[in-house]
Amino acid sequence: MVDKPSDLVQGTLDMLILKTLALEPMHGYGIAIRLEQMSQGVFRVNAGSLFVAFQRLERVGLIKGEWRATENSRRAKYYALTERGRKRLNRETQQWGRQVAAIARILEAS
Amino acid sequence: MSMLRSITSGLRSLFRKQRVGQELDEELHGFLEMATEEKINQGVSRKDALREVRLERGSLEITKEEVRTAGWESLVETLWQDLRYSTRQLRANSLFTAAALLSLALGIGANTAIFQLIDAVRLRTLPVRNPQEIAKVAIDHRGGASGNFSSRYPDLTFAMWEQIQGQQRGFSEVFAWGPTIFNIAPGGEVHNVQGLWVSGEFFETLGVEPALGRLLNPADDQPGCGSAVAAISYPFWQHEFGGERSVVDQTLTINRRPFRIIGVTPPDFTGVEVGRSFDVAAPLCSEPSADQEYSLLKSRSGWWLSVMGRLKPGWTIERASAQLRAISPGLFEAALPPEFNPSNAKHFLQYKLGAFPADSGISYLRRDYEKPLWLLLGLAGLVLLIASANLASLMLARASTREREIGVRLALGAGRGRLIRQLLAESLLLALMGAALGALLARNLSQVLVASLSTQRDPLFVDFGTDWQMLGFTIGLAVLTCILFGLAPALRAARVSPGVVLKEGTRGTTAGRSRFGLRRILVVSQIALSLALPVGALLFARSLNNLVGLDAGFRQDGILMADIDFTPLNLPKEARTAFADNLLQRVRAIPGVEAAALASIVPLSGNGIGHDILWGEAGEPTGDAPVAAFNIVSPGYFDTLQTKILAGRDFDDHDKSGSPNVAIVNEAFAKQFAEGVSPLGMKFRVRRQQTTWLYEIIGLVRNTKYSDLREDFQPIVYTAKAQYDKPGTDAQMLVRSRDGLMGITAAIRNTATEVNPNMDIAFSTLRTTIEDGLLRDRLMARLSGFFAALALLLAVVGLYGVVSYMVAQRRNEIAIRMALGAEPASIVKLVMRESGTLLLAGALIGTAVALAGGRAATAMLFGLKPSDPVTLGTALLSLSFVAALASLLPAERASRHDPMMALRNE
Repeated sequence: MVDKPSDLVQGTLDMLILKTLALEPMHGYGIAIRLEQMSQGVFRVNAGSLFVAFQRLERVGLIKGEWRATENSRRAKYYALTERGRKRLNRETQQWGRQVAAIARILEAS
Repeated sequence: MSMLRSITSGLRSLFRKQRVGQELDEELHGFLEMATEEKINQGVSRKDALREVRLERGSLEITKEEVRTAGWESLVETLWQDLRYSTRQLRANSLFTAAALLSLALGIGANTAIFQLIDAVRLRTLPVRNPQEIAKVAIDHRGGASGNFSSRYPDLTFAMWEQIQGQQRGFSEVFAWGPTIFNIAPGGEVHNVQGLWVSGEFFETLGVEPALGRLLNPADDQPGCGSAVAAISYPFWQHEFGGERSVVDQTLTINRRPFRIIGVTPPDFTGVEVGRSFDVAAPLCSEPSADQEYSLLKSRSGWWLSVMGRLKPGWTIERASAQLRAISPGLFEAALPPEFNPSNAKHFLQYKLGAFPADSGISYLRRDYEKPLWLLLGLAGLVLLIASANLASLMLARASTREREIGVRLALGAGRGRLIRQLLAESLLLALMGAALGALLARNLSQVLVASLSTQRDPLFVDFGTDWQMLGFTIGLAVLTCILFGLAPALRAARVSPGVVLKEGTRGTTAGRSRFGLRRILVVSQIALSLALPVGALLFARSLNNLVGLDAGFRQDGILMADIDFTPLNLPKEARTAFADNLLQRVRAIPGVEAAALASIVPLSGNGIGHDILWGEAGEPTGDAPVAAFNIVSPGYFDTLQTKILAGRDFDDHDKSGSPNVAIVNEAFAKQFAEGVSPLGMKFRVRRQQTTWLYEIIGLVRNTKYSDLREDFQPIVYTAKAQYDKPGTDAQMLVRSRDGLMGITAAIRNTATEVNPNMDIAFSTLRTTIEDGLLRDRLMARLSGFFAALALLLAVVGLYGVVSYMVAQRRNEIAIRMALGAEPASIVKLVMRESGTLLLAGALIGTAVALAGGRAATAMLFGLKPSDPVTLGTALLSLSFVAALASLLPAERASRHDPMMALRNE
């Protein structure tokens, strides 16, 4: 562990989950590991917030869950991005990019 | 879309809870298992791996709870749990529940019923197109007016209506209408129905579409149309014609003339008068044909119409009013009845028309009953408040027995918010069930209310469609009562400190005073409120009693009234007096009849005639001439009604057409005009329209009430029927009899049939007529009495509960006192002193409340003031009596306790 895991910015967890699923469907633990790996250990999500997010995303139809066997022949629920989810991810990524650039400009201005 | 999905998914978790739970369980389990496995792969022992995962990722149970409470369905679920728990609680305490439900149902039911009436007569708009555009045209502050008044809304004359129709500018359309009675029997026994005279624009302006056939239009209302066409109402179509579609073009007889039915109005349309429905509507132009010589359309001084209209777009009531005011001088000039004398004419020409809102229709019910209804709603509201106070008190008592349970739960980590929610759920459940029962009760109560306001001659019709206003009111009441009786106890219960409660052990020696304080306040306010109700009830009862027991100056019991209509006989004017006289002689001959007479006005029937009196044989009065009430009677009138003739004589057979006009006057007349001297032999003139008649006073009779029991005695002039120059085609006969009135009616009917079978006769009793006039007083007395009884009952239950509770709380103290030698009597005294203080405080506040509230009733009382000391005293006494009874029982029980039992229990 490099750093103490930091709290996720409110609302960004959803976006990160969508991003993680953009490549391929994945189960809950896989998503958690991927998030940690991609952030190089900056983000560590506890099971509670993760599963609440899954439930929320599934309910609004951005992701879809399906029970499948894992590589270790264990049963796990795999989440996949839906068409709506993909669109949402694209939109949010663009928005995020614009926001970050804007914030950066403000911070650098002083 | 996503909302819908969220709802369906939420519902899925609600209804397939187990399945969804299992899935989540498995998923989480897998998640944690995978994390653990990875740790083990990294070389950590299984035990440490489990611990580390739990620390890093959170425990299975907590995560599950977190996920479960994230969705909206969890709120529903806890609510559902709370309600189920409450149901169990309520079922376990069935006595408490029954008492609570009963008092709530009665309280909410009474409120709802009265609100329903207010809503129907006051708040609801007419079921017509854009009711807010409908306004009424009438004379602003008309005051006294001369002429012949007919119908319930004699706002205007036909001549005025014609002028308004031609000259008004503010309305896109105007119409005139007048309620009346139609006799629809083709012959024989009278069959009266509620009729409407309407101008041709009536249905068009209101935007009423026919349910069948067509409705009246301006083409149907052409001057001189005679008896032609009529529209009927939906209910009338249903019960008279069985809803047959062939009713169109059938003939309907109205006042013995044939009319063709052209259509049926829709079911929800009951006319523009709230509180009434109509059966048959006929065009104004048919009135002269149906009413013959009594036609008001032909008479320029016949007031019988009410005019309404639909405002043009962009016109306000104020603007329309201003326009009407502007055209008034010319309009009244054109409508002036030619027979008016100069002083009447001057008054008439000063009238100004105005426009008035009429979006909720018009109603004399509103005028007569709006204030009493609001007052009754206030009284019913008080009852509900008392019931709520009672419940709050009971809930408090229950909460205090559950104090330990709540303390334990708080100690185990239950959230206070969650506990309050649970306690409130119980109140909410009670309130909702009470409201549901109350709503059921209200339906019946309001029907009973309307039925008690209806009389045979005056059938009321109030449309109680369920509407949102009504529903909102009931639900609002339920929530309000729930907050009233549930919130304080719930807050208080959840405020307990677990440490204190758990330490306190089973029982303290004395209960904490502060916890008891709220209940004291509740009882005091209950007593205060429940004093106001008996005070109100007694006021109305005494007022009614004053009215009923009043000496009206004539006999009220055992007098039969027979309304005889011989219009179908087509008698010429000269024959009418003799015909009625002959009938009277025959009725007098019937065995059992003690006396009989004819009279144009039956006292206290609400009808009346007034004329100007010019004192002396000549000369004009300065200013307005004084007015006296008139009654045209046959000989024997005073004997029949047992009104004492104080001086002079009754009319006799010598007083007939052609002989000098004679009059009998009452004491009030003699006092006003003869100034205390015996008026016998004095002369005065009566001005009717432009002619004057000279009369000589031949008798003086006792004062009698004329049109209303509440009025002061007014000057009355009786003139002889035989000398009246305009005999009508009907007669009102008053018959006094030794035997039951019912037996006499048959005999009178037979006698009439012998004379001529084509006459119409309707019977009623004088007593009923007078009682019909006291309807409002009777209603107020009855309902306020009912509410008072309810309030007293609730107060007794409340006080009883509190005193019992107090005694139970002080059981140890009382036991010690008794063990130390206190007499049972002193224990009783101890308890009674306690409740006496509560009663005194309540009574003091209550007296102030009753005195303040009584002012609202001043106008409705007769013969006493709202601050009537006897009433207040009686109410106080009765309240103290029941209160003493309610506290004596538990006090007595406490004094009989075996002190050893109580102390050993410790």
